[in-house]
Amino acid sequence: MASTVERYGWAVVMGILIVLAIPWFLWGVDRVVLGLPLWLWWHIGWMLLASVVFRQFTRRAWGIWIVETGGEAA
Amino acid sequence: MSTSLQLGIIVGYLLVALGVGLAAYRVTDRAAEDFYLASRTFGTVVLLFTVFATLLSAFTFFGGPDTAYAFGPEWILVMGLMDGLIFAVLWYVVGYKQWLLGQRHGYVTLGELLGDRFGSRAIRALVAVVSLFWLFPYVMLQQIGAGGALAALTDGTVPFAAGATLVTGFMIAYVVLAGMRGIAWTDTLQGAFMLCTVWAALGWVLVAVDGGLGTINAGLAATSPEFLALGSEFYSPETMLTFAVSIAFGVAMFPQVNQRFFTAASETVLKRSFALWPVLVLVLFVPAFLLGTWGRGLGLEADIGAGESILPVILAEYTPAWFAALVVAGAIAAMMSSSDSMLLSGSSYFTRDIYRPLVDEGLSERREDRLGRAGVVVFAVGALLASVWAEAEAFGAATVGSILVEIGDLAFGGFAQLALPVIVALYWRRTTATGIAAGIVCPQAVYVAFNFLPETAVGSVSLFSDTYFGWGISIYCMLLGLAVTVAVSAATSPNPNANAEDHFRLEAD
Repeated sequence: MASTVERYGWAVVMGILIVLAIPWFLWGVDRVVLGLPLWLWWHIGWMLLASVVFRQFTRRAWGIWIVETGGEAA
Repeated sequence: MSTSLQLGIIVGYLLVALGVGLAAYRVTDRAAEDFYLASRTFGTVVLLFTVFATLLSAFTFFGGPDTAYAFGPEWILVMGLMDGLIFAVLWYVVGYKQWLLGQRHGYVTLGELLGDRFGSRAIRALVAVVSLFWLFPYVMLQQIGAGGALAALTDGTVPFAAGATLVTGFMIAYVVLAGMRGIAWTDTLQGAFMLCTVWAALGWVLVAVDGGLGTINAGLAATSPEFLALGSEFYSPETMLTFAVSIAFGVAMFPQVNQRFFTAASETVLKRSFALWPVLVLVLFVPAFLLGTWGRGLGLEADIGAGESILPVILAEYTPAWFAALVVAGAIAAMMSSSDSMLLSGSSYFTRDIYRPLVDEGLSERREDRLGRAGVVVFAVGALLASVWAEAEAFGAATVGSILVEIGDLAFGGFAQLALPVIVALYWRRTTATGIAAGIVCPQAVYVAFNFLPETAVGSVSLFSDTYFGWGISIYCMLLGLAVTVAVSAATSPNPNANAEDHFRLEAD
Protein backbone atom coordinates (compact mmCIF):
# COMPACT_ATOMS: atom_id res chain seq x y z
CA MET A 1 0.00 0.00 0.00
CA ALA A 2 1.74 3.13 -1.16
CA SER A 3 0.92 6.17 0.89
CA THR A 4 0.60 9.63 -0.61
CA VAL A 5 3.93 10.54 0.95
CA GLU A 6 5.59 7.60 -0.74
CA ARG A 7 4.03 8.37 -4.10
CA TYR A 8 5.18 11.97 -4.10
CA GLY A 9 8.42 11.14 -2.31
CA TRP A 10 9.56 8.75 -5.01
CA ALA A 11 8.67 11.27 -7.72
CA VAL A 12 10.84 13.84 -5.95
CA VAL A 13 13.71 11.35 -5.62
CA MET A 14 13.57 10.53 -9.35
CA GLY A 15 13.40 14.24 -10.09
CA ILE A 16 16.54 14.95 -8.06
CA LEU A 17 18.41 12.10 -9.78
CA ILE A 18 17.54 13.59 -13.16
CA VAL A 19 18.19 17.23 -12.29
CA LEU A 20 21.65 16.60 -10.86
CA ALA A 21 22.80 14.07 -13.47
CA ILE A 22 24.75 16.95 -14.95
CA PRO A 23 26.75 18.56 -12.10
CA TRP A 24 25.71 22.15 -12.80
CA PHE A 25 27.70 23.39 -9.78
CA LEU A 26 30.91 22.18 -11.49
CA TRP A 27 30.21 24.23 -14.64
CA GLY A 28 33.49 25.52 -16.07
CA VAL A 29 35.60 23.64 -13.49
CA ASP A 30 38.57 21.93 -15.15
CA ARG A 31 40.13 20.23 -12.13
CA VAL A 32 41.59 16.80 -12.88
CA VAL A 33 41.51 14.19 -10.11
CA LEU A 34 43.29 10.84 -10.53
CA GLY A 35 43.62 11.43 -14.24
CA LEU A 36 39.98 12.22 -15.00
CA PRO A 37 38.04 15.50 -14.90
CA LEU A 38 36.32 16.03 -11.54
CA TRP A 39 32.90 16.22 -13.22
CA LEU A 40 33.47 12.77 -14.72
CA TRP A 41 33.92 11.34 -11.22
CA TRP A 42 30.60 12.92 -10.30
CA HIS A 43 29.03 11.16 -13.28
CA ILE A 44 30.49 7.79 -12.23
CA GLY A 45 29.32 8.21 -8.64
CA TRP A 46 25.91 9.49 -9.67
CA MET A 47 25.19 6.60 -12.04
CA LEU A 48 26.14 4.09 -9.33
CA LEU A 49 23.94 5.94 -6.84
CA ALA A 50 21.08 5.95 -9.35
CA SER A 51 21.41 2.21 -9.76
CA VAL A 52 21.24 1.69 -5.98
CA VAL A 53 18.21 3.99 -5.71
CA PHE A 54 16.47 2.22 -8.61
CA ARG A 55 17.12 -1.11 -6.93
CA GLN A 56 15.53 0.18 -3.72
CA PHE A 57 12.61 1.43 -5.77
CA THR A 58 12.05 -2.01 -7.30
CA ARG A 59 12.09 -3.54 -3.80
CA ARG A 60 9.93 -1.08 -1.92
CA ALA A 61 7.77 0.81 -4.36
CA TRP A 62 7.47 -1.12 -7.64
CA GLY A 63 3.98 -0.64 -9.02
CA ILE A 64 3.53 2.80 -7.50
CA TRP A 65 1.58 5.22 -9.78
CA ILE A 66 0.56 2.29 -11.98
CA VAL A 67 -0.98 -0.59 -10.07
CA GLU A 68 -4.15 -0.29 -8.01
CA THR A 69 -3.31 -0.60 -4.33
CA GLY A 70 -6.56 -0.14 -2.51
CA GLY A 71 -6.68 3.60 -3.16
CA GLU A 72 -6.72 5.39 -6.47
CA ALA A 73 -3.54 4.76 -8.48
CA ALA A 74 -2.23 7.15 -11.08
CA MET B 1 46.04 -7.80 -45.42
CA SER B 2 44.03 -5.63 -43.10
CA THR B 3 41.24 -5.15 -45.66
CA SER B 4 40.82 -8.84 -46.41
CA LEU B 5 41.03 -9.60 -42.71
CA GLN B 6 38.29 -7.07 -42.00
CA LEU B 7 36.13 -8.37 -44.85
CA GLY B 8 36.67 -11.87 -43.52
CA ILE B 9 35.56 -10.78 -40.05
CA ILE B 10 32.47 -9.04 -41.43
CA VAL B 11 31.47 -12.09 -43.49
CA GLY B 12 32.20 -14.31 -40.48
CA TYR B 13 30.05 -12.12 -38.25
CA LEU B 14 27.15 -12.22 -40.69
CA LEU B 15 27.43 -16.00 -41.00
CA VAL B 16 27.38 -16.40 -37.22
CA ALA B 17 24.29 -14.18 -37.14
CA LEU B 18 22.67 -16.36 -39.81
CA GLY B 19 23.51 -19.47 -37.78
CA VAL B 20 21.89 -17.93 -34.71
CA GLY B 21 18.90 -17.02 -36.88
CA LEU B 22 18.56 -20.63 -38.04
CA ALA B 23 18.81 -21.90 -34.48
CA ALA B 24 16.10 -19.44 -33.44
CA TYR B 25 13.91 -20.49 -36.38
CA ARG B 26 13.99 -24.09 -35.16
CA VAL B 27 12.57 -23.21 -31.74
CA THR B 28 10.07 -20.69 -33.07
CA ASP B 29 6.30 -21.25 -33.25
CA ARG B 30 4.73 -20.21 -36.52
CA ALA B 31 2.64 -17.48 -34.95
CA ALA B 32 2.82 -13.72 -35.26
CA GLU B 33 3.26 -13.14 -31.53
CA ASP B 34 6.29 -15.39 -31.52
CA PHE B 35 7.79 -13.84 -34.66
CA TYR B 36 7.35 -10.29 -33.38
CA LEU B 37 7.81 -10.69 -29.62
CA ALA B 38 9.44 -14.10 -29.08
CA SER B 39 6.23 -14.94 -27.17
CA ARG B 40 7.23 -12.49 -24.38
CA THR B 41 9.96 -14.67 -22.92
CA PHE B 42 13.09 -12.52 -22.56
CA GLY B 43 15.29 -12.62 -19.47
CA THR B 44 17.21 -9.67 -18.05
CA VAL B 45 20.47 -9.99 -19.97
CA VAL B 46 18.87 -10.57 -23.36
CA LEU B 47 16.36 -7.76 -22.83
CA LEU B 48 18.98 -5.23 -21.73
CA PHE B 49 21.39 -6.02 -24.52
CA THR B 50 18.80 -6.18 -27.24
CA VAL B 51 17.41 -2.76 -26.32
CA PHE B 52 20.94 -1.42 -26.13
CA ALA B 53 22.30 -2.95 -29.32
CA THR B 54 19.18 -2.04 -31.25
CA LEU B 55 19.82 1.63 -30.87
CA LEU B 56 23.38 2.26 -30.02
CA SER B 57 25.74 -0.19 -31.67
CA ALA B 58 27.19 2.12 -34.29
CA PHE B 59 26.99 5.18 -32.08
CA THR B 60 29.09 3.60 -29.34
CA PHE B 61 32.02 2.99 -31.67
CA PHE B 62 31.77 5.77 -34.23
CA GLY B 63 29.37 8.66 -33.57
CA GLY B 64 29.98 8.90 -29.83
CA PRO B 65 33.80 8.85 -29.77
CA ASP B 66 33.79 11.20 -32.78
CA THR B 67 31.65 13.70 -30.90
CA ALA B 68 33.94 13.45 -27.87
CA TYR B 69 36.97 13.92 -30.14
CA ALA B 70 35.51 16.94 -31.91
CA PHE B 71 33.76 18.75 -29.05
CA GLY B 72 34.90 17.22 -25.77
CA PRO B 73 33.78 14.38 -23.49
CA GLU B 74 30.70 16.13 -22.03
CA TRP B 75 28.55 13.91 -24.25
CA ILE B 76 29.12 11.28 -21.54
CA LEU B 77 26.90 13.37 -19.26
CA VAL B 78 24.28 13.70 -21.98
CA MET B 79 24.23 9.90 -22.36
CA GLY B 80 24.01 9.42 -18.59
CA LEU B 81 21.06 11.76 -18.27
CA MET B 82 19.41 10.50 -21.46
CA ASP B 83 19.83 6.75 -21.24
CA GLY B 84 20.85 6.10 -17.67
CA LEU B 85 18.13 8.20 -16.03
CA ILE B 86 15.36 9.65 -18.21
CA PHE B 87 15.04 6.54 -20.36
CA ALA B 88 15.22 4.34 -17.26
CA VAL B 89 12.32 6.24 -15.69
CA LEU B 90 10.39 5.93 -18.98
CA TRP B 91 11.26 2.23 -18.90
CA TYR B 92 9.09 2.13 -15.79
CA VAL B 93 6.48 4.79 -16.55
CA VAL B 94 5.80 3.74 -20.15
CA GLY B 95 7.41 0.31 -20.32
CA TYR B 96 6.02 -1.35 -17.20
CA LYS B 97 2.52 -0.09 -17.87
CA GLN B 98 2.71 -1.23 -21.49
CA TRP B 99 4.03 -4.60 -20.36
CA LEU B 100 1.18 -5.08 -17.87
CA LEU B 101 -1.38 -4.21 -20.52
CA GLY B 102 0.36 -6.42 -23.07
CA GLN B 103 0.22 -9.37 -20.67
CA ARG B 104 -3.51 -8.90 -20.14
CA HIS B 105 -4.70 -8.04 -23.61
CA GLY B 106 -2.04 -9.57 -25.87
CA TYR B 107 -0.98 -6.32 -27.51
CA VAL B 108 1.94 -6.52 -29.93
CA THR B 109 2.31 -2.85 -30.87
CA LEU B 110 1.78 0.52 -29.23
CA GLY B 111 -0.83 1.43 -31.86
CA GLU B 112 -2.82 -1.69 -31.02
CA LEU B 113 -2.78 -0.80 -27.32
CA LEU B 114 -3.95 2.76 -27.90
CA GLY B 115 -6.47 1.78 -30.55
CA ASP B 116 -8.08 -0.61 -28.08
CA ARG B 117 -7.97 1.85 -25.20
CA PHE B 118 -9.81 4.48 -27.25
CA GLY B 119 -11.96 2.02 -29.22
CA SER B 120 -10.65 3.63 -32.39
CA ARG B 121 -9.07 2.06 -35.45
CA ALA B 122 -8.11 5.54 -36.63
CA ILE B 123 -5.88 6.09 -33.58
CA ARG B 124 -4.28 2.71 -34.16
CA ALA B 125 -3.51 3.52 -37.79
CA LEU B 126 -2.39 7.06 -36.95
CA VAL B 127 0.26 5.87 -34.51
CA ALA B 128 1.48 3.32 -37.07
CA VAL B 129 1.59 5.79 -39.95
CA VAL B 130 3.44 8.46 -37.95
CA SER B 131 5.93 5.82 -36.75
CA LEU B 132 6.52 4.45 -40.24
CA PHE B 133 6.98 7.98 -41.59
CA TRP B 134 10.07 8.37 -39.35
CA LEU B 135 11.20 4.75 -39.40
CA PHE B 136 11.42 4.24 -43.16
CA PRO B 137 14.02 6.97 -43.81
CA TYR B 138 15.87 5.91 -40.66
CA VAL B 139 16.24 2.41 -42.15
CA MET B 140 17.48 4.08 -45.35
CA LEU B 141 20.21 5.81 -43.34
CA GLN B 142 21.38 2.41 -42.08
CA GLN B 143 21.48 1.03 -45.61
CA ILE B 144 23.30 4.07 -46.96
CA GLY B 145 25.78 3.71 -44.08
CA ALA B 146 26.30 0.00 -44.73
CA GLY B 147 26.72 0.43 -48.50
CA GLY B 148 29.14 3.32 -47.94
CA ALA B 149 31.16 1.38 -45.36
CA LEU B 150 31.57 -1.61 -47.69
CA ALA B 151 32.53 0.64 -50.61
CA ALA B 152 35.09 2.46 -48.47
CA LEU B 153 36.53 -0.75 -47.03
CA THR B 154 37.03 -2.33 -50.46
CA ASP B 155 38.14 0.89 -52.16
CA GLY B 156 35.14 0.78 -54.43
CA THR B 157 35.58 -2.85 -55.57
CA VAL B 158 32.15 -3.44 -54.07
CA PRO B 159 30.25 -0.38 -55.33
CA PHE B 160 27.68 1.34 -53.12
CA ALA B 161 24.58 -0.15 -54.73
CA ALA B 162 26.02 -3.68 -54.67
CA GLY B 163 27.09 -3.33 -51.03
CA ALA B 164 23.74 -1.97 -49.90
CA THR B 165 21.91 -4.71 -51.84
CA LEU B 166 24.10 -7.46 -50.38
CA VAL B 167 23.57 -6.25 -46.84
CA THR B 168 19.83 -5.80 -47.36
CA GLY B 169 19.49 -9.24 -48.94
CA PHE B 170 21.28 -10.78 -46.02
CA MET B 171 19.16 -8.82 -43.56
CA ILE B 172 15.92 -9.98 -45.19
CA ALA B 173 16.97 -13.63 -45.06
CA TYR B 174 18.05 -13.25 -41.48
CA VAL B 175 15.03 -11.36 -40.14
CA VAL B 176 12.50 -13.52 -42.01
CA LEU B 177 14.13 -16.60 -40.53
CA ALA B 178 15.06 -15.44 -37.07
CA GLY B 179 12.27 -13.14 -35.96
CA MET B 180 12.56 -11.33 -32.65
CA ARG B 181 14.18 -14.25 -30.82
CA GLY B 182 17.12 -14.63 -33.20
CA ILE B 183 17.65 -10.88 -33.40
CA ALA B 184 17.79 -10.59 -29.63
CA TRP B 185 20.25 -13.47 -29.37
CA THR B 186 22.66 -11.86 -31.85
CA ASP B 187 22.16 -8.53 -30.07
CA THR B 188 23.30 -10.17 -26.86
CA LEU B 189 26.44 -11.55 -28.50
CA GLN B 190 27.05 -8.15 -30.02
CA GLY B 191 26.60 -6.37 -26.69
CA ALA B 192 29.06 -8.67 -24.96
CA PHE B 193 31.50 -8.13 -27.84
CA MET B 194 31.21 -4.34 -27.57
CA LEU B 195 31.67 -4.35 -23.83
CA CYS B 196 34.79 -6.52 -23.92
CA THR B 197 36.48 -4.81 -26.86
CA VAL B 198 35.92 -1.26 -25.66
CA TRP B 199 37.55 -1.99 -22.28
CA ALA B 200 40.36 -3.95 -23.93
CA ALA B 201 40.99 -1.00 -26.24
CA LEU B 202 41.04 1.42 -23.32
CA GLY B 203 43.53 -0.72 -21.41
CA TRP B 204 45.69 -1.20 -24.47
CA VAL B 205 45.95 2.51 -25.16
CA LEU B 206 46.77 3.27 -21.50
CA VAL B 207 49.59 0.72 -21.48
CA ALA B 208 50.92 1.68 -24.92
CA VAL B 209 51.12 5.44 -24.30
CA ASP B 210 54.36 6.47 -22.59
CA GLY B 211 53.40 8.07 -19.31
CA GLY B 212 49.77 6.92 -19.63
CA LEU B 213 47.06 9.31 -18.44
CA GLY B 214 49.60 11.96 -17.46
CA THR B 215 50.81 12.31 -21.06
CA ILE B 216 47.26 12.28 -22.43
CA ASN B 217 46.05 14.97 -20.01
CA ALA B 218 49.13 17.12 -20.64
CA GLY B 219 48.36 16.90 -24.35
CA LEU B 220 44.73 17.87 -23.71
CA ALA B 221 45.73 20.78 -21.48
CA ALA B 222 48.10 22.01 -24.17
CA THR B 223 45.89 21.67 -27.26
CA SER B 224 42.28 21.73 -26.02
CA PRO B 225 42.11 22.87 -22.40
CA GLU B 226 38.35 23.40 -22.77
CA PHE B 227 37.94 19.60 -23.02
CA LEU B 228 38.70 19.17 -19.32
CA ALA B 229 36.34 21.90 -18.12
CA LEU B 230 32.62 21.17 -17.99
CA GLY B 231 30.70 23.04 -20.68
CA SER B 232 31.76 24.87 -23.82
CA GLU B 233 30.29 26.84 -26.67
CA PHE B 234 29.01 23.58 -28.17
CA TYR B 235 27.89 22.11 -24.86
CA SER B 236 25.58 24.77 -23.46
CA PRO B 237 23.09 23.68 -20.78
CA GLU B 238 20.22 24.22 -23.23
CA THR B 239 21.84 22.11 -25.96
CA MET B 240 22.73 19.27 -23.59
CA LEU B 241 19.22 19.20 -22.13
CA THR B 242 17.55 19.40 -25.55
CA PHE B 243 19.55 16.40 -26.77
CA ALA B 244 19.06 14.37 -23.60
CA VAL B 245 15.32 15.00 -23.28
CA SER B 246 14.25 14.69 -26.90
CA ILE B 247 16.40 11.65 -27.63
CA ALA B 248 15.35 9.85 -24.43
CA PHE B 249 11.64 10.35 -25.18
CA GLY B 250 12.26 9.56 -28.85
CA VAL B 251 14.00 6.30 -27.97
CA ALA B 252 11.02 5.17 -25.89
CA MET B 253 8.74 5.63 -28.92
CA PHE B 254 11.06 4.16 -31.56
CA PRO B 255 9.09 1.07 -32.71
CA GLN B 256 11.92 -1.40 -32.22
CA VAL B 257 12.54 -0.18 -28.65
CA ASN B 258 8.93 0.41 -27.66
CA GLN B 259 7.96 -3.05 -28.86
CA ARG B 260 10.63 -4.59 -26.64
CA PHE B 261 8.70 -3.32 -23.60
CA PHE B 262 6.26 -6.15 -24.34
CA THR B 263 8.90 -8.89 -24.48
CA ALA B 264 9.99 -9.23 -20.85
CA ALA B 265 9.29 -12.66 -19.42
CA SER B 266 8.31 -11.40 -15.95
CA GLU B 267 8.16 -8.44 -13.62
CA THR B 268 11.45 -9.53 -12.11
CA VAL B 269 13.12 -9.09 -15.50
CA LEU B 270 11.73 -5.57 -15.79
CA LYS B 271 12.84 -4.72 -12.26
CA ARG B 272 16.35 -6.01 -12.73
CA SER B 273 16.86 -4.28 -16.05
CA PHE B 274 15.46 -1.04 -14.63
CA ALA B 275 18.06 -1.03 -11.85
CA LEU B 276 20.88 -1.99 -14.21
CA TRP B 277 20.36 0.76 -16.80
CA PRO B 278 22.62 3.39 -15.20
CA VAL B 279 25.41 0.84 -14.69
CA LEU B 280 25.26 -0.35 -18.29
CA VAL B 281 25.40 3.24 -19.52
CA LEU B 282 28.41 3.82 -17.31
CA VAL B 283 30.46 0.79 -18.33
CA LEU B 284 29.76 1.14 -22.03
CA PHE B 285 29.94 4.84 -22.75
CA VAL B 286 32.61 6.13 -20.40
CA PRO B 287 35.42 4.05 -21.97
CA ALA B 288 34.16 4.57 -25.53
CA PHE B 289 33.92 8.34 -25.21
CA LEU B 290 37.16 8.62 -23.25
CA LEU B 291 38.95 6.96 -26.17
CA GLY B 292 37.63 9.67 -28.48
CA THR B 293 38.74 12.38 -26.06
CA TRP B 294 42.16 10.82 -25.64
CA GLY B 295 42.58 10.77 -29.42
CA ARG B 296 42.57 14.55 -29.16
CA GLY B 297 45.01 14.59 -26.24
CA LEU B 298 47.38 12.30 -28.15
CA GLY B 299 47.38 14.66 -31.12
CA LEU B 300 45.82 12.15 -33.55
CA GLU B 301 44.13 13.43 -36.68
CA ALA B 302 40.72 12.41 -38.02
CA ASP B 303 38.64 14.55 -40.36
CA ILE B 304 35.26 14.01 -38.70
CA GLY B 305 33.51 16.46 -41.00
CA ALA B 306 34.62 14.40 -44.03
CA GLY B 307 33.25 11.18 -42.57
CA GLU B 308 36.41 9.84 -40.92
CA SER B 309 36.20 8.29 -37.46
CA ILE B 310 38.66 8.65 -34.61
CA LEU B 311 38.38 5.17 -33.10
CA PRO B 312 40.03 3.28 -36.02
CA VAL B 313 42.84 5.87 -35.94
CA ILE B 314 43.54 5.33 -32.23
CA LEU B 315 43.36 1.55 -32.58
CA ALA B 316 45.71 1.56 -35.56
CA GLU B 317 48.20 3.66 -33.60
CA TYR B 318 48.22 1.83 -30.26
CA THR B 319 46.86 -1.69 -30.64
CA PRO B 320 47.92 -4.70 -32.76
CA ALA B 321 46.57 -4.85 -36.31
CA TRP B 322 44.43 -7.92 -35.67
CA PHE B 323 42.71 -6.25 -32.71
CA ALA B 324 42.04 -3.03 -34.62
CA ALA B 325 40.64 -5.03 -37.54
CA LEU B 326 38.47 -7.07 -35.18
CA VAL B 327 36.96 -4.04 -33.48
CA VAL B 328 36.39 -1.98 -36.61
CA ALA B 329 34.97 -4.88 -38.59
CA GLY B 330 32.84 -5.93 -35.63
CA ALA B 331 31.47 -2.41 -35.35
CA ILE B 332 30.73 -2.20 -39.06
CA ALA B 333 28.99 -5.57 -38.96
CA ALA B 334 26.99 -4.43 -35.95
CA MET B 335 26.03 -1.26 -37.76
CA MET B 336 24.91 -3.28 -40.77
CA SER B 337 22.71 -5.48 -38.66
CA SER B 338 21.17 -2.68 -36.64
CA SER B 339 18.38 -2.32 -39.17
CA ASP B 340 17.20 -5.89 -38.49
CA SER B 341 14.99 -5.00 -35.56
CA MET B 342 13.67 -1.92 -37.37
CA LEU B 343 12.59 -4.08 -40.30
CA LEU B 344 10.81 -6.42 -37.94
CA SER B 345 9.03 -3.63 -36.08
CA GLY B 346 8.20 -1.77 -39.27
CA SER B 347 6.63 -4.89 -40.65
CA SER B 348 4.60 -5.52 -37.49
CA TYR B 349 3.32 -1.94 -37.39
CA PHE B 350 2.20 -2.31 -40.98
CA THR B 351 0.58 -5.74 -40.83
CA ARG B 352 -0.85 -5.39 -37.34
CA ASP B 353 -2.06 -1.80 -37.27
CA ILE B 354 -2.74 -0.92 -40.88
CA TYR B 355 -3.37 -4.10 -42.91
CA ARG B 356 -5.25 -6.14 -40.32
CA PRO B 357 -7.73 -3.55 -39.01
CA LEU B 358 -8.29 -1.80 -42.33
CA VAL B 359 -8.07 -4.58 -44.94
CA ASP B 360 -8.55 -8.05 -43.47
CA GLU B 361 -9.84 -8.26 -39.91
CA GLY B 362 -10.28 -12.02 -39.83
CA LEU B 363 -6.58 -12.76 -40.39
CA SER B 364 -5.48 -16.02 -38.73
CA GLU B 365 -2.37 -16.16 -36.51
CA ARG B 366 -0.56 -18.36 -39.00
CA ARG B 367 -1.40 -16.18 -41.99
CA GLU B 368 -0.42 -13.07 -40.08
CA ASP B 369 2.92 -14.69 -39.31
CA ARG B 370 3.50 -15.26 -43.02
CA LEU B 371 2.28 -11.78 -43.87
CA GLY B 372 4.66 -10.32 -41.26
CA ARG B 373 7.60 -12.08 -42.91
CA ALA B 374 6.47 -10.81 -46.32
CA GLY B 375 6.17 -7.33 -44.81
CA VAL B 376 9.85 -7.46 -43.86
CA VAL B 377 10.76 -8.10 -47.50
CA VAL B 378 8.56 -5.28 -48.79
CA PHE B 379 9.81 -2.79 -46.21
CA ALA B 380 13.48 -3.66 -46.76
CA VAL B 381 13.32 -3.66 -50.56
CA GLY B 382 11.40 -0.37 -50.56
CA ALA B 383 13.98 1.29 -48.36
CA LEU B 384 16.82 -0.18 -50.46
CA LEU B 385 15.36 1.14 -53.73
CA ALA B 386 14.88 4.57 -52.17
CA SER B 387 18.48 4.51 -50.84
CA VAL B 388 20.06 3.51 -54.14
CA TRP B 389 17.90 5.98 -56.03
CA ALA B 390 18.79 8.77 -53.62
CA GLU B 391 22.50 7.92 -53.71
CA ALA B 392 22.57 7.78 -57.53
CA GLU B 393 20.91 11.19 -57.67
CA ALA B 394 18.79 10.12 -60.62
CA PHE B 395 16.17 12.48 -62.00
CA GLY B 396 14.62 14.33 -59.07
CA ALA B 397 16.32 11.98 -56.64
CA ALA B 398 18.78 14.53 -55.30
CA THR B 399 15.96 16.58 -53.81
CA VAL B 400 13.76 13.72 -52.65
CA GLY B 401 16.83 11.81 -51.46
CA SER B 402 18.17 14.65 -49.39
CA ILE B 403 14.72 15.23 -47.89
CA LEU B 404 14.49 11.55 -46.92
CA VAL B 405 17.96 11.62 -45.38
CA GLU B 406 16.97 14.71 -43.44
CA ILE B 407 13.81 13.00 -42.17
CA GLY B 408 15.99 10.10 -40.98
CA ASP B 409 18.28 12.50 -39.15
CA LEU B 410 15.29 14.09 -37.43
CA ALA B 411 13.72 10.77 -36.45
CA PHE B 412 14.54 10.91 -32.74
CA GLY B 413 12.84 14.29 -32.38
CA GLY B 414 9.95 13.06 -34.50
CA PHE B 415 9.36 10.02 -32.29
CA ALA B 416 9.77 12.15 -29.18
CA GLN B 417 6.62 14.02 -30.26
CA LEU B 418 4.60 10.85 -29.69
CA ALA B 419 5.78 10.33 -26.12
CA LEU B 420 3.84 12.89 -24.08
CA PRO B 421 0.42 12.31 -25.67
CA VAL B 422 0.96 8.57 -25.14
CA ILE B 423 1.93 9.08 -21.48
CA VAL B 424 -1.13 11.28 -20.94
CA ALA B 425 -3.31 8.55 -22.45
CA LEU B 426 -1.71 5.90 -20.24
CA TYR B 427 -2.21 7.87 -17.03
CA TRP B 428 -5.21 10.16 -17.41
CA ARG B 429 -8.59 8.47 -17.74
CA ARG B 430 -10.22 11.55 -19.21
CA THR B 431 -8.03 11.53 -22.32
CA THR B 432 -10.25 11.26 -25.40
CA ALA B 433 -9.60 9.87 -28.87
CA THR B 434 -9.92 13.35 -30.36
CA GLY B 435 -7.55 14.68 -27.71
CA ILE B 436 -4.77 12.24 -28.42
CA ALA B 437 -5.28 12.49 -32.20
CA ALA B 438 -4.88 16.27 -32.03
CA GLY B 439 -2.00 15.88 -29.58
CA ILE B 440 -0.17 13.63 -32.05
CA VAL B 441 -0.91 15.50 -35.29
CA CYS B 442 -0.26 19.10 -34.15
CA PRO B 443 3.31 18.74 -32.84
CA GLN B 444 4.23 16.50 -35.80
CA ALA B 445 3.06 19.16 -38.23
CA VAL B 446 4.83 21.96 -36.38
CA TYR B 447 8.02 19.92 -35.95
CA VAL B 448 8.16 19.07 -39.66
CA ALA B 449 7.33 22.66 -40.67
CA PHE B 450 10.00 24.22 -38.47
CA ASN B 451 12.63 21.77 -39.70
CA PHE B 452 11.85 21.94 -43.39
CA LEU B 453 10.48 25.37 -44.20
CA PRO B 454 13.08 28.09 -44.76
CA GLU B 455 13.58 30.53 -41.91
CA THR B 456 11.42 33.59 -42.47
CA ALA B 457 11.47 36.88 -40.61
CA VAL B 458 8.02 38.08 -39.55
CA GLY B 459 8.52 41.50 -38.02
CA SER B 460 11.19 41.06 -35.36
CA VAL B 461 10.47 37.35 -34.95
CA SER B 462 12.20 34.68 -37.00
CA LEU B 463 9.73 31.97 -38.00
CA PHE B 464 10.78 28.34 -38.70
CA SER B 465 14.07 28.50 -36.83
CA ASP B 466 15.59 25.29 -35.38
CA THR B 467 16.18 26.76 -31.93
CA TYR B 468 14.68 29.48 -29.77
CA PHE B 469 16.54 30.84 -26.73
CA GLY B 470 19.02 27.98 -27.12
CA TRP B 471 16.36 25.25 -26.81
CA GLY B 472 15.71 22.96 -29.77
CA ILE B 473 12.36 23.11 -31.52
CA SER B 474 11.63 19.49 -30.56
CA ILE B 475 11.27 20.54 -26.91
CA TYR B 476 8.69 23.22 -27.74
CA CYS B 477 6.78 20.77 -29.92
CA MET B 478 6.71 18.19 -27.12
CA LEU B 479 5.17 20.78 -24.79
CA LEU B 480 2.70 21.72 -27.51
CA GLY B 481 1.69 18.05 -27.85
CA LEU B 482 1.13 17.81 -24.11
CA ALA B 483 -0.96 20.99 -24.00
CA VAL B 484 -3.05 20.06 -27.03
CA THR B 485 -3.75 16.53 -25.76
CA VAL B 486 -4.93 17.81 -22.39
CA ALA B 487 -6.89 20.80 -23.72
CA VAL B 488 -8.71 18.94 -26.50
CA SER B 489 -9.45 16.00 -24.20
CA ALA B 490 -10.97 18.36 -21.66
CA ALA B 491 -13.14 19.94 -24.36
CA THR B 492 -14.40 16.69 -25.93
CA SER B 493 -16.22 13.67 -24.56
CA PRO B 494 -14.84 10.12 -24.53
CA ASN B 495 -15.78 7.58 -27.17
CA PRO B 496 -18.47 5.26 -25.76
CA ASN B 497 -16.56 2.30 -27.29
CA ALA B 498 -13.41 3.12 -25.35
CA ASN B 499 -11.98 0.52 -22.97
CA ALA B 500 -10.32 2.95 -20.58
CA GLU B 501 -11.44 1.06 -17.46
CA ASP B 502 -9.57 -2.07 -18.52
CA HIS B 503 -6.44 0.02 -18.76
CA PHE B 504 -6.60 1.46 -15.27
CA ARG B 505 -7.76 -1.33 -12.99
CA LEU B 506 -4.40 -3.02 -12.93
CA GLU B 507 -2.95 -5.36 -10.40
CA ALA B 508 0.63 -6.51 -10.22
CA ASP B 509 1.42 -10.02 -11.42
